[in-house]
Amino acid sequence: MIKLTINNKKYNIDVEPDMPLLWAIRDIIGLTGTKYGCGEGLCGSCKVLLDNSPVQSCVIPVSAAIGKEILTIEGNSKNLQLLQKSWMELNVPQCGFCQPGQLIAATALLDKNENPTDKDIEEEMIGNICRCGTYQRIKNAIHRTVELKNQQS
Amino acid sequence: MRIIKNISRRSFVKTIGIASGGLILGCNTNLFSDKEDKNKNLTNFNPNLFVQLNSDGSLILIASRSEMGNGVRTSLTSVIADEMEADWNRVTVQQAVGDAKYGDQNTDGSRSIRYLYETMRQMGATAKAMLITAAAKKWQVPESECSAENHFIIHSSGKKIGYGDLVEIAKTLEVPKDVKLKSPEDFKYIGKSLRSVDVADYVQGKATFGLDKRLPNMKFVAIARCPVTFGSVKSFDKTEALKIAGVQDVIEIPRIERPFGALGGVAVVASNTWAAFKGKEALKIEWNYGDNSDYDSEKYMNEITANVHKQGKVAKDVGNINKAFKNAHKIIESTFQLPHLSHAPMEVPNAVAWVQGDSCEVWAPTQAPQTTRKEVVNYLKTEEEKVTINVTFLGGGFGRKSKPDYIVEAVMLSKALNAPVQVVWTREDDIKHDYYHTVSAQYLKASLDKNGKVTGWLHRFAMPSIASTFSPGVDYAAGFEIASASNVPFEIENMKIEVGKAPAKVRIGWLRSVINIPHGFSENVFADELAIAANKDPLEFRLDLIGKDRIEETKDPIKYNTARLKNVLKIAAKNAEWGKKLPEGHAYGLAVHYSFYTYVASIVEVSVINNKLKVHNIYTAIDCGTFVNRNTIKAQLEGAAVFGMSLAFYGKITAKNGAIEQNNYHDYKMVRINDTPNVHVEIVESSERPTGVGEPGVPVIAPAIVNAIYQITGKRYYNLPLSDYGLV
Repeated sequence: MIKLTINNKKYNIDVEPDMPLLWAIRDIIGLTGTKYGCGEGLCGSCKVLLDNSPVQSCVIPVSAAIGKEILTIEGNSKNLQLLQKSWMELNVPQCGFCQPGQLIAATALLDKNENPTDKDIEEEMIGNICRCGTYQRIKNAIHRTVELKNQQS
Repeated sequence: MRIIKNISRRSFVKTIGIASGGLILGCNTNLFSDKEDKNKNLTNFNPNLFVQLNSDGSLILIASRSEMGNGVRTSLTSVIADEMEADWNRVTVQQAVGDAKYGDQNTDGSRSIRYLYETMRQMGATAKAMLITAAAKKWQVPESECSAENHFIIHSSGKKIGYGDLVEIAKTLEVPKDVKLKSPEDFKYIGKSLRSVDVADYVQGKATFGLDKRLPNMKFVAIARCPVTFGSVKSFDKTEALKIAGVQDVIEIPRIERPFGALGGVAVVASNTWAAFKGKEALKIEWNYGDNSDYDSEKYMNEITANVHKQGKVAKDVGNINKAFKNAHKIIESTFQLPHLSHAPMEVPNAVAWVQGDSCEVWAPTQAPQTTRKEVVNYLKTEEEKVTINVTFLGGGFGRKSKPDYIVEAVMLSKALNAPVQVVWTREDDIKHDYYHTVSAQYLKASLDKNGKVTGWLHRFAMPSIASTFSPGVDYAAGFEIASASNVPFEIENMKIEVGKAPAKVRIGWLRSVINIPHGFSENVFADELAIAANKDPLEFRLDLIGKDRIEETKDPIKYNTARLKNVLKIAAKNAEWGKKLPEGHAYGLAVHYSFYTYVASIVEVSVINNKLKVHNIYTAIDCGTFVNRNTIKAQLEGAAVFGMSLAFYGKITAKNGAIEQNNYHDYKMVRINDTPNVHVEIVESSERPTGVGEPGVPVIAPAIVNAIYQITGKRYYNLPLSDYGLV
């Protein structure tokens, strides 16, 4: 049995320890918001936060997540929720498939950088492909989130 | 969690007839089966297939086209809501299953709004007219004293009644034949910016894509397919695969020799996707590679290039090209070579199927639910009524998901295993077994007179045709693939278009903007080259080349208008401030193209510093006639810019010994956020018929970039991708 903590909820699952975390989350636990895009850590669709650090869950074995806090798109985090709000306001998604990964990457960025520049955004988000090409709106939505945060404080 | 809810085919809707491709109103029947109707205690008013008004005022509108980022679930339904004077906040959108009663559901060719705009208006206007009649009846007043506003019918005396309260009466009324449509200046949603109805689900990971569909006891399947197109299994050893935890079975499936049939191969059945993928890798398979194993992209490019350096089949011949060339002051000639492209949508091909007896239900990301239904009916040798195609959200489509081969695979396996299955392609499967965008060689030759006027234009091209997918052996471009060359919007007295031979060695498909990618590229780059040869400003030269205002007679129902073409170019140039001084190492390039009945121009600002290319700004102007959702159109053009950049920078699929050499996003690269320019979009206000949006933004990007690079470096790139030259 492998014990996982996902979005503050505990799960016991019976899988091979080398199963990538992605498939444990999607196929075993049944949280399908985290997406398969490439299986090689190339596209970022599968990003989750592992103890607050972004990882490509398609290349991380489930065993590496034991004892750590996993945050997926279905979870709660202050920055994630604010980003989701801006994402909606600017209507960022087109097909929407890569957006969970984009939002997790953006959450990781804002968790460590309160006011990222365009260059900071590019450096953090370079691992996330969007075939629809929503990058411009992603950038704007991250800036918008910072604006909202500043208004709140 | 919201999934796209489908209307069950079992819920019979009485229609009074279906014309081919058209829609005729039905009347007063419940759209939804009891099982699916959450509001079963409510009474409903269903004036037609697309509208269900419930007695609590909630309004369900049907989207008949597939949602893949194109925004149809929002745009089509907002047209109904506008004509119906409905409150947008009361609207829930539901996805139609694949059924001919909805008319054409093929979500490709940039035609959802073009085909359905008037029909959707009729659907909404009919509902409104009936609600007015219902209110007039209830109040015993003339209909002329009643009007509709924001989910209410209002009487001239000031009294009003909510839509929901009119359901009981409205449902008893005859459906009127002729209804009055709104005047465009009264539009509330059409022509404005609406947010996607699905945006909240997208950002919370709640939207159910095909890949997210789950059924109890569903088996996960991965399939090993022959590396060479149409090769077959000679023998296989499943021993190692069966040792993998979670792998349950390994079975061979045959090829179905139809355009959208399964490729065949060896299927690994497992309890989860990962086990299926691992099992597939552990298979030992010997293949019969077959006739296409000689496909070698380098050799092939040489062959088709030779075919455009000699006379081809004449597709158009106007004036006297030989005389023009003979009398030329200057002759310019260039050869263009563009590689195959793969769609590579973020969501790989996948499908869930459950065959039970002679019935089958499918859940899949498909652009073509009716085509899918036909393929399933054909495979199962069953009746259409026994096959339900549920359309999930599509994680990108771009034409790939118009071809339901991956759905046929799921149906084959569900039948064989007598269980619900999900077939999932790996990214490598997707890159290696696509219906590829064609590979092409093109040769253009033009003559200029002393004043720099173009007197002759010869365009020869050779590319495997989409028609070869439907009729094996076709080795010349089909008519629809010639049109974008023969309709080149230039005012040139002598013009000749020729087609060279190019047999297909892989499945050829349509990819966002299709033939307009190679033709838009060669026409725009070559025209720019002619401007330089004529020693003229590329913008002025191009406007002159397009020539006087005129309506071009084409074989299509919509004629093209050179004034509108020049207008988008002028707008893009104005927004870019064409001619202004740019920073050192920066330059503008332009391209303008007419496709899917839409006019698009882009001015691209690039820099080349230390042989490294960067695209800074793209100024795009589009004239797509009457438009529905400003927000979606802007998004589509921002996206088209990135799509066009990806193919210009990196797009290249090659074959060696018949097998595709690329694997995944590391060797079939995409533009990422750091490469992304600012895209500035202007939409031309127009009362013309609505035309395409999803595709026509793509073809201008690559040529505009190449033209801009020339301004900086003096080097002209005739072949893509630019990564071959170390520029990116």
